[in-house]
Amino acid sequence: MAGLELLSDQGYRVDGRRAGELRKIQARMGVFAQADGSAYIEQGNTKALAVVYGPHEIRGSRARALPDRALVNCQYSSATFSTGERKRRPHGDRKSCEMGLHLRQTFEAAILTQLHPRSQIDIYVQVLQADGGTYAACVNAATLAVLDAGIPMRDFVCACSAGFVDNTALADLSHVEEAAGGPQLALALLPASGQIALLEMDARLHEDHLEQVLEAAARAARDVHTVLDRVVRQHVREASILLGD
Amino acid sequence: MAMEMRLPVARKPLSESVGRDTKKHLVVPGDTITTDTGFMRGHGTYMGEEKLIASVAGSVERVNKLICVKALKTRYNGEVGDIVVGRITERRRSAEDELAMRGFLQEGDLISAEVQAVFSDGAVSLHTRSLKYGKLGQGVLVQVSPSLVKRQKTHFHDLPCGASVILGNNGFIWIYPTPEHKEEDTGGFTAHLEPISLADREVISRLRNCIVSLVTQRMMLYDTSILYCYEASLPHQIKDLLKPEIMEEVVMETRQRLLEQEG
Repeated sequence: MAGLELLSDQGYRVDGRRAGELRKIQARMGVFAQADGSAYIEQGNTKALAVVYGPHEIRGSRARALPDRALVNCQYSSATFSTGERKRRPHGDRKSCEMGLHLRQTFEAAILTQLHPRSQIDIYVQVLQADGGTYAACVNAATLAVLDAGIPMRDFVCACSAGFVDNTALADLSHVEEAAGGPQLALALLPASGQIALLEMDARLHEDHLEQVLEAAARAARDVHTVLDRVVRQHVREASILLGD
Repeated sequence: MAMEMRLPVARKPLSESVGRDTKKHLVVPGDTITTDTGFMRGHGTYMGEEKLIASVAGSVERVNKLICVKALKTRYNGEVGDIVVGRITERRRSAEDELAMRGFLQEGDLISAEVQAVFSDGAVSLHTRSLKYGKLGQGVLVQVSPSLVKRQKTHFHDLPCGASVILGNNGFIWIYPTPEHKEEDTGGFTAHLEPISLADREVISRLRNCIVSLVTQRMMLYDTSILYCYEASLPHQIKDLLKPEIMEEVVMETRQRLLEQEG
């Protein structure tokens, strides 16, 4: 795009951030009383809502039940008003299914499913406003919602996207930066152990640069963890004060 | 006809009004609880490379050598001896089961029962082998989070205000008018379909609203807290108890009284 430089000479991005800087994150847990767990997150202008039900008995065919662990079922949906142009997205379309699959892979790695054999955990995520980094926002919201539901997890799952412009790795891409067409990578990390739950990229990136981008994404994911950790501790402290002794 | 409307207002954090700080050890998943391998690990923890790590967000509870993390909000996990209140959704369709049960319990009935055994996958088996359990008649059901029901010696309470309550460990609370006379001889269930008096209905409605208020302010539910809340709510009209500011006021008073009673 003529005239739009994603990274200025002084090192500032389009929205004034530095290369490795995250957008402002605000999150809340327990937004719905009816669901077992719920959370809302805002990463810059990207807003996502996650709701968790479970663990409960398998709905539908009993044959799908796994004898030794729980089934994790994730559904992703994007509101019609989430993008610049209003677009109706039918439920079973390819992008939703793919996102749902990615989310399922991510959470099967983190949730201790062996503790709930023959049951099902449902995670529903909806993007209310999409300004880049929707997968990351969904994962972060879903982590908080799973924590709110009291489902045992190995660790937090923190996700962030990263890109590569002018030999510099950028963390937490906004929609403008994603639309510019450069390589972008989405990483979901378990911070304490540094294990990767999911790494996704479908662009062309020279392998020499991969480590740099991966490092930037991992650092950003750890920063996200710091914020989410603070939110959860605050929530737990408030609730335990109320419950008393 | 006058109508009351409310606009959405920012929620203020509930703990401000309580003003106490907790001395509990709070953890989130991924936190190391201890590196001492002498402890046995309980719920909410898992073993990871020589350390005991938390798997839920909550407070650490240590009983001698057992460490577990009690999550804030969990689905109900059955334990032997728990009282549960529930609705029959499905029945085994075997011939002798039909013959035996047809007269008594049908699908859709509300019953109170005790947990007899817990299977390895978490399923529980219930029994109603005592006259105090069985089908429930007229009353009001309130569903709350199981973590808010305090574990006590007995979960069947006859409150002095004129109604009785069953605090199911699974979060289902049943409020019903106190039966006039205890039927000890006759087993089984006799349907009481006589209309309940207005006074009894009002007591039950007030109790139900009190329980809802306690739950919104995240207070533990047990006979004393429900009773104090009932007494604190008497100056207000029953329907006013559902308003947020009145809920706060009533629960605040209940909290005060409970604190005074403890200390």
